[in-house]
Amino acid sequence: MKIRALLLALLLALTPVAGFAAVSPDEQLSDPRLEARAREVSKELRCMVCQNESIDDSDAELAKDLRMLVRKRILAGDTNAEVKQYLVARYGEFVLMKPPFQPATWLLWLGPGVILLGGGIGVILFLRRSSRRDENAIGNPALSEAERRRLDEIVKDEPSE
Amino acid sequence: MIAETGHFALVLALAVALVQMIVPAYGAWKGDHAMMRVGKPAALTQLMLVGIAFLALTLAFVVSDFSVALVANNSAVDKPLIFKISGVWGNHEGSMVLWVLILALYGALVALFGRNLPDRLRANVLAVQGSVGVAFLLFILATSDPFLRLDPAPFEGAGLNPILQDRALAFHPPWLYAGYVGFSMTFSFAIAALMEGRVDAAWARWVRPWALAAWLALTIGIAMGSWWAYYTLGWGGFWFWDPVENASLMPWLAGTALLHSAIVAEKRGALKSWTILLAILAFSLSLVGTFLVRSGVLTSVHAFAVSPARGVFVLAILGVFVGGSLTLYAWRAPMLKTGGLFAPISREGALLLNNLLLTASAAAVFIGTLYPLLLDAVGGPKITVGPPFFNTTFVPLWAPLLFMVPFGPMMSWKRGDFVAAGQRLIFAAGAAFVVCLTLYGVVSDGPWLAPIGMAAAVWLVVGALSEIAWRVKLFTAPAAESWRRARGLPRAAWGTMLAHGGLGIAVAGIVGVTAWKSERIVALPEGGTTSISGYELTLEKVGTRGGPNYDATTGVVRVERDGEFVTFLLPERRRYPTERQEKTEPAIYTTGFSDLYVVLGEGNRTGEWALRAYVNPLAPFIWLGGMVMALGGLVSLTDRRLRVGAPQRAKAKGRNATAPAE
Repeated sequence: MKIRALLLALLLALTPVAGFAAVSPDEQLSDPRLEARAREVSKELRCMVCQNESIDDSDAELAKDLRMLVRKRILAGDTNAEVKQYLVARYGEFVLMKPPFQPATWLLWLGPGVILLGGGIGVILFLRRSSRRDENAIGNPALSEAERRRLDEIVKDEPSE
Repeated sequence: MIAETGHFALVLALAVALVQMIVPAYGAWKGDHAMMRVGKPAALTQLMLVGIAFLALTLAFVVSDFSVALVANNSAVDKPLIFKISGVWGNHEGSMVLWVLILALYGALVALFGRNLPDRLRANVLAVQGSVGVAFLLFILATSDPFLRLDPAPFEGAGLNPILQDRALAFHPPWLYAGYVGFSMTFSFAIAALMEGRVDAAWARWVRPWALAAWLALTIGIAMGSWWAYYTLGWGGFWFWDPVENASLMPWLAGTALLHSAIVAEKRGALKSWTILLAILAFSLSLVGTFLVRSGVLTSVHAFAVSPARGVFVLAILGVFVGGSLTLYAWRAPMLKTGGLFAPISREGALLLNNLLLTASAAAVFIGTLYPLLLDAVGGPKITVGPPFFNTTFVPLWAPLLFMVPFGPMMSWKRGDFVAAGQRLIFAAGAAFVVCLTLYGVVSDGPWLAPIGMAAAVWLVVGALSEIAWRVKLFTAPAAESWRRARGLPRAAWGTMLAHGGLGIAVAGIVGVTAWKSERIVALPEGGTTSISGYELTLEKVGTRGGPNYDATTGVVRVERDGEFVTFLLPERRRYPTERQEKTEPAIYTTGFSDLYVVLGEGNRTGEWALRAYVNPLAPFIWLGGMVMALGGLVSLTDRRLRVGAPQRAKAKGRNATAPAE
């Protein structure tokens, strides 16, 4: 794992961590519905010793152990949420690929929306201001003879659309 | 001797960069033409010196001079030549030299081809470019010297990480850097404009080719990296929302916004100060990416705190350039004259909306990537921000963006007609609708959003074609007339069509793989069979073979469809003895519309081999789309408007007065 972390730090390139498709045949549950659930849950849990990899993607020992654990909990009758809760209780919220919405993450979850909203308001204000200028411009239609000639030239040059 | 020459060249390059930073800017300020003219020879000399340093380093790698520490740590004698060369930038120090080389190259290009730039603008641009060079050359010499010697020199090097020994990855960093560093050009133009307090249509026209070139290179770099990840990492994923990937996505998003706002600035003289801000942002995000990857902060905030030299240095560069440029912006931007009025429903309005959504999505990536680091740094809880966060924030931002894309080029400047634009897109809307309904009828599995995603892809592609069809009056005018119009269309219009259509193709690929991928994981003995999506796979045999610098365990997989032989696939597991590492080499059979992707896993004691097979529908479209987008950028770049000066353009336009406006 250390080498991978190093590699990451070394490359200013698109290099997600090198893991090789993880789930091995002997881990799979025989019931395809339960297995599908296990995969779904695994994708939302982080392999804590890896860099930004879910336990479903990682070939680390720990990830394998966690995958087995997830399957054990599912076989024991846990719902997906309960499985995740179980792992959070053991490893903390760090294990969740999707951080929960709580005071420490309000900024994270609301940030993009706030920026979009702020930007949107900015755009509206900008458009209103320029449309007011537009009206002013229309309210003052007097063109000098030279301006009129120049305008005709431009209109002639600029093909209609 | 070679290494010392390289080192000496870097030191000289720093001195020249200092001259390039100070003298032309001072000359521009004082109005001294002799001093302004220093910029050109300085930029060319800098390119020559950094080029010498880069060649020296490459030579050290090619001849495997293990007395150079960097070569000993990152190369080996038995490595194929191509990977010896790509090993130059497959490490921190060497990649920074490549960074500076590309920077110097851009500077030299302005010096050589910027003849029609006003003297003061050119002098200031080269000075700003020189200042970036000073910062990064100092960074290399102070914290990341690639030419350090090793005594005694080892007999064999440690080799290059096998993951990096790949042809696509070998050329991925140069493209990526050409993109990152390309935004230093638009940045330099923005700062120069602020220094002069003047932005006009000519300025926007000079900026656009650089923005296009940087965007084009970055698009290729990202597509290449994503393709590499797809076929190397072994589970057929193409985008992981990894911080390293996000580092390249942020400048791409800002750069895409910049490309579009520069059109408004050029054609209509509006949004000028916003365009300048975007140029600053795009480069700032490139620097943020450099900081994220170079400082080690991604591995852990604490690792960064333990050996902070590089991180703090890059952070200082970041602070000076971002802080300095934003301060300059806050001071000078209000002095820029605003121009070009327009109604909300117009081409300008559509491009403004494009900018709003692109910037917001860049902000979303920025927040998602940096939030866990910041939270950790201030002693908050450790959290993970993974793909689910990015998917939830990206989809709502991109859905309206994709919907709007075909409308943009159909709107007229100043005051557009939404309904009329919609009527011109009626065919695209119909096609999207039919595809959507058909998919709901035919495909039973996959998420309910998937058919809508495919409809968006069709909408984009047909919408892009509709724009050209409308411009050349296809079917509404005689064929000869359409042909004449098509030939008269500016290259930029074709570029737009390709870029927007390419986006649609990529969207189709992304939706296809995400929604309808199928997977089969089995343990097979030799001779065992399995099936996936209509393919029958037989693991005929597992053998070993030797490569140039590795040994491989190779599976021979016979692929059949409906009892007919299709192909043999040879997935491998390779062991690299020098590097003491393994990597898997998936085998892919592509029909062009979908990929059959096979990975050989480990063998177990009972003689069975783990075999993973995936069918990834439309996967090739992702990179095809990326390449078509890049081609669009290239075609736009050859537009005569970007090559010739304004006066010639006016004449040319007079001649083609009947051609549709762009």
